[in-house]
Amino acid sequence: MSENLSAFLYLVASICFIMALRGLSSPDSARNGNIFGIAGMAIAILTTLASPQVVSFWLIILGLLIGGAIGTYIARQIQMTALPQLVAAFHSLVGLAAVCVATAAFAAPEAYGIGVRGAIHGSSLVEMSLGLAIGAITFTGSIVAFAKLQGLVSGAPLVFAGQHFLNLAIGIAIILLIVLFTVTESAFVFTLLVLLSLAFGFLLILPIGGADMPVVISMLNSYSGWAACGIGFTLSNSLLIITGALVGSSGAILSYVMCKGMNRSIVNVILGGFGTEGGAAPSGPGVGDRLVKSGSAEDAAFIMKNAGSVIIVPGYGMAVAQAQHALREMADLLKKDGVQVRYAIHPVAGRMPGHMNVLLAEANVPYDEVAELEEINHDFAQTDVAFVIGANDVTNPAAKTDPQSPIYGMPILDVERARTVLFVKRSMASGYAGVENELFFRENTMMLFGDAKKMCEEIVKALD
Amino acid sequence: MAEPAALAQRAGELAGDANTLAHNLDALAQQLALSTGQAAAHGGSPFVFELTIFVLAVFVGYYVVWRVTPALHSPLMSVTNAISSVIIVGALIAAGPPDISFAKFMGFIAVTLAAVNIFGGFIVTQRMLAMFQRKK
Repeated sequence: MSENLSAFLYLVASICFIMALRGLSSPDSARNGNIFGIAGMAIAILTTLASPQVVSFWLIILGLLIGGAIGTYIARQIQMTALPQLVAAFHSLVGLAAVCVATAAFAAPEAYGIGVRGAIHGSSLVEMSLGLAIGAITFTGSIVAFAKLQGLVSGAPLVFAGQHFLNLAIGIAIILLIVLFTVTESAFVFTLLVLLSLAFGFLLILPIGGADMPVVISMLNSYSGWAACGIGFTLSNSLLIITGALVGSSGAILSYVMCKGMNRSIVNVILGGFGTEGGAAPSGPGVGDRLVKSGSAEDAAFIMKNAGSVIIVPGYGMAVAQAQHALREMADLLKKDGVQVRYAIHPVAGRMPGHMNVLLAEANVPYDEVAELEEINHDFAQTDVAFVIGANDVTNPAAKTDPQSPIYGMPILDVERARTVLFVKRSMASGYAGVENELFFRENTMMLFGDAKKMCEEIVKALD
Repeated sequence: MAEPAALAQRAGELAGDANTLAHNLDALAQQLALSTGQAAAHGGSPFVFELTIFVLAVFVGYYVVWRVTPALHSPLMSVTNAISSVIIVGALIAAGPPDISFAKFMGFIAVTLAAVNIFGGFIVTQRMLAMFQRKK
């Protein structure tokens, strides 16, 4: 295939990828968008296979078969609640693939037309080492994120003395190594760079706590894009550059949205350790001597049955308990009784952006009943019941009133404005931020203690 | 003896010719250098060209992604994950040469990893999107 033809086909593939993202502006167009994405990938792969450098196919076909089978199997088996860790694991693969491609380009630069061994073009060396470093950071960072989300290691932030200093030192060392590698083109420096970047990715994500994972996943998503970009620059491949830039900016925007949803800066999240300093607070005064109204499933069923409107506020607890199906059953029964039921989603609810929306969709909740924070927040004042299930910090009014609170300034769902607030919770323990929620002690709040799924099932029974 | 004189004259002429030739060559080389320099200034180096593509793609990404509805942020993440595996293009070239080498092996690993991601990413996105249904 001529170079011009393949460049043209790469352009077509790039357009397909842009269309794939464009489709996601509404659920109706999104399915077509995904088809565009698949088509773009197929064009990209076939075009490359037809290029003159590719003459031996058996290893390629073997790799595609093995990888394709594993990917297909995992994607079909995975439970929707495990989506965050799946995405984290997939990010790590992109990172590792980038490292492999950079290594291959270093070992056999002739194949890519970027010089010969020992005399690779200077700019290619810079780009190669950048792609390599970002890829390696993405790889280990995503593995740590995966381990935390999967519960293999504690989701709590791991902090130790001198951590930030160590990270800073490694960061500087990586930059120095990139410069050194560009000058010397030494294989030893190359190896050192890989090892140091791997360590850096590991240390970078370790101190970040579980509920900050939406930001971390978005950030790693962004990194995997930039790594592809770096490789694209190295190989002078415009398709890789365009796609990498699309993915990189997408991840960056998601990180921004998530940070805004928590009213924290990205630096603050990366420095980590959030949710540790305030951790001791809930055991202080208040819990023991203040009264909480607690109710049973029957009470909750009675209140909601007689309500005109209910807004359900789901959080990570719903995902953990796998309560979405029982919850939808409950909502169906209420709707049958003429109650208006809607769902309110906080941007950082769950462990990845849009996590709650997917879980509700899985339970066959129509997406037009599900509203984002800005769309629905004004409606709480005219709502009879706010049903909070598995969420805590995102409903805490202290974010609006108490400047001392670690979550002060975070946009929250105004559930306290509803006539009655029903709070499904396992215990009185505080949320991720380690802040006590004064909502529990309000006049119009009723606590429903228990597992989210069991509670919903009991309410369903009581409604029948 | 006229012969040596003629020979000397011929040699002198030849030297003169060689001199002009050298001059011409010099001028030609200068012209060539000038014209390639102009060409470079005209088309820019490949890096500048790539940078142009990169910056424009970042802008396209920025505007397209801001239009994605927040409800679909999870599928956005999995689909971007799948398409970032387009890095497989680099892996295929590494795995393509006829002879077994370290680079070819690296290419094979990268092809396999990227294939997991491509298949897994697109299928899981499709599964997610199939769930989003309007009110019946």
